[in-house]
Amino acid sequence: MKVTIDGITVDVEPGTSILNAARQIGGDIVPPAMCYYSKLQGSGGKCRTCLVKVTKGSEKDPRPMPKLVASCRTGVMDGMEVQNITSPEVIEARKGVVEMLLINHPLDCPVCDQAGECHLQDLGFEHGAAKTRYEFDRRTFEKIDIGDKIQLHMTRCILCYRCVFTADQITNTRLHGILNRGDHSEISTYISKAVDNDFSGNMIDVCPVGALTDKTFRFKNRVWFTKPVEAHRDCDKCCGKVTLWYKGEDVIRVTGRKDVYGEVEEFICNTCRFDKKKTADWVIEGPRKVSHHSVISANHYEFTPLPVVKTNPVLMEANKEQFERETRL
Amino acid sequence: MGRKLLLEHINVPGINTFDVYRSKGGYASVEKALKTMSPEAIVEEVKKSGLRGRGGAGFPTGMKWSFLAKPEGVARYLVCNGDESEPGTFKDRYLMTYIPHLLIEGMIVSSFALGANTSYIYLRGEMMPQVRILEKAIAEAKAKGFLGKNILGTGYDLELYVQPGGGAYICGEETALLESLEGKRGNPRIKPPFPAIAGLYGCPTVVNNVESIAAVVPIINEGGDEYAKIGIGRSTGTKLISAGGNLKKPGVYEIELGVPVEEFIYSDEYCGGIANGKRLKAVVAGGSSVPILPANLILKTINNEARLMSYESLSDGGFVSGTMLGSGGFIAYDEDACIVRNTWNFARFYHHESCGQCSPCREGTGWMEKVLHRLEYGHGKMSDMDLLVDVSKKIEGNTICPLGDAAAWPVASAIRHFRDEFEWHVTNASEATSRNYGLAHYADPLKVAETA
Repeated sequence: MKVTIDGITVDVEPGTSILNAARQIGGDIVPPAMCYYSKLQGSGGKCRTCLVKVTKGSEKDPRPMPKLVASCRTGVMDGMEVQNITSPEVIEARKGVVEMLLINHPLDCPVCDQAGECHLQDLGFEHGAAKTRYEFDRRTFEKIDIGDKIQLHMTRCILCYRCVFTADQITNTRLHGILNRGDHSEISTYISKAVDNDFSGNMIDVCPVGALTDKTFRFKNRVWFTKPVEAHRDCDKCCGKVTLWYKGEDVIRVTGRKDVYGEVEEFICNTCRFDKKKTADWVIEGPRKVSHHSVISANHYEFTPLPVVKTNPVLMEANKEQFERETRL
Repeated sequence: MGRKLLLEHINVPGINTFDVYRSKGGYASVEKALKTMSPEAIVEEVKKSGLRGRGGAGFPTGMKWSFLAKPEGVARYLVCNGDESEPGTFKDRYLMTYIPHLLIEGMIVSSFALGANTSYIYLRGEMMPQVRILEKAIAEAKAKGFLGKNILGTGYDLELYVQPGGGAYICGEETALLESLEGKRGNPRIKPPFPAIAGLYGCPTVVNNVESIAAVVPIINEGGDEYAKIGIGRSTGTKLISAGGNLKKPGVYEIELGVPVEEFIYSDEYCGGIANGKRLKAVVAGGSSVPILPANLILKTINNEARLMSYESLSDGGFVSGTMLGSGGFIAYDEDACIVRNTWNFARFYHHESCGQCSPCREGTGWMEKVLHRLEYGHGKMSDMDLLVDVSKKIEGNTICPLGDAAAWPVASAIRHFRDEFEWHVTNASEATSRNYGLAHYADPLKVAETA
């Protein structure tokens, strides 16, 4: 099936969503997704950040779709034409959604453990306005304790439902869910219960914001000061393939291996995540490549000089000093 | 006097019992449909009648039925949407309370037409008396052989269940209703797939409003062509209107579509004019979700033609100068009504009823409510009106279900038509808390555009 997104055509399998087709192309035309998670069935469609405009339905039925559609939950049709960043309407709608997501989100990034790997932070930076038009108190919730491993900050939650799907699909019992409705909806266990089973820690990995964070890593460090290293171990519960986050000689955090869209490659168990925090527990594979755009890769000097500088003799001469510095690294 | 098809016998004592209802010609359509007609013929008849869904969207019922997928060996369901919660609308409750057998008769015929052997009537949680009324009526009908196994010896089986919900507006959205009926949290599903392909328990399902299903009865009795003669243009048949607000005679009226709005408000046959000799200021013509119109625009369209109670005429002028028939919740406001307060009240409702699943609606409804609250209580700013319009635009069309649109339209339209009243609430803030803006120019005759 051929689908054209922002003028770039790609061949995809039937049944692929527009978002996944865009991910096959990659780059700037990939719509952001806060609630969609490719490894969780039924996720997506809720946050509305991935809205795109379908200007041509398909080869058979070329009518455009009347409204913007959630690209994560709309399947491609043969000959479909989609506008994402080339449509002012989409940009405007997305700006609106980002604003809505941020009006009740506490701007406590300076003390939030998710800062640096937070999708809402990235989204706010890319699409948000510099100032808020919301002049009311942000909503707050009664704090609840969901156990000694996971910290819940309900005020930061954007209700993407990913953790609910995770508990449904990865663990054998779901102890938490959404209570209430509207902007009072909250993630809760209803009757105070610790969310604790072998795979509950994955809730932390899937959370796009800092609503669910690792209590064993709490306030220990900023993620951009830590070094991600790929490692594995023989685990009888999970695949055992993880990312270790080093500070100096110490493993201060263990997570699944997240790809460029923040999705883990494979889910890991709580033993690997919370209990194995010594280098001796792991077989080190090497440094984890983190996207250049992420703040985590800051200070991890590793980049290639622009090809044009490398090949153009005039530029090479002009930038001799910089060129030498860059090629030395 | 217009023809009455649904409420013809409403004043007969004991019409809520099977025997009286039967003696007035009730259940004749069941006999006719099951014994002499094929399911396809019934669908064809409903198509011919031009019946449009009475729940609000006005989608042709016959068309909806013909979209139902019919895979082999998979159950099909008919679900009656009785989750009537739109502020201003109370026609379904009236119908179910006083003439429950009409709905049950319609359910039997419709289920037969769709090939459903199990059908549900989903009611809102607050309607417990109606649950009991319907259950009693179902028991009566079952005892007489109109429900259960082998109805009237035709070999058709139908079980009918009444299911009360938890009392949520959002469960009136068809996919949220199905979720709720399945026992889950009432969140709307993401479409596609539509319920006609995968609805209740993943099976093909049709969800129809109470009144739509009741309207199937006269269609079968008299034939689709006869039904289509009533009404005007593509708005065929009769419609129940729940008239409320500052009217002399509020209540449920059955009108032939095409009655002029002016006649509906002022004639003694219907609402009898505005109560206490006041003047009309504004009208919400189809339940709280539709755009509000000032008196001059509701009586006359922008082209200075009389506005009629029909799907087309009410929406004449689009969003600029028109509104919608919606679910028929007709609310009239007299000159003492405060539009800002009313808009705030609607926004408060949508804030409370948003399911919280998708972000524009979850956050935006609360935001609009807070800004309107500020305006109503005299702390508003001139920029608030533009802010409200902008927020409503960001919600509209960007949500999973129509609740976002329903929340955005009343706010946007109130500011569009009553902007000076909103501005007065800012400039005369202290006065605005103690007195109303009054009628102002909202009932003045429309300026006729000069033609060259």
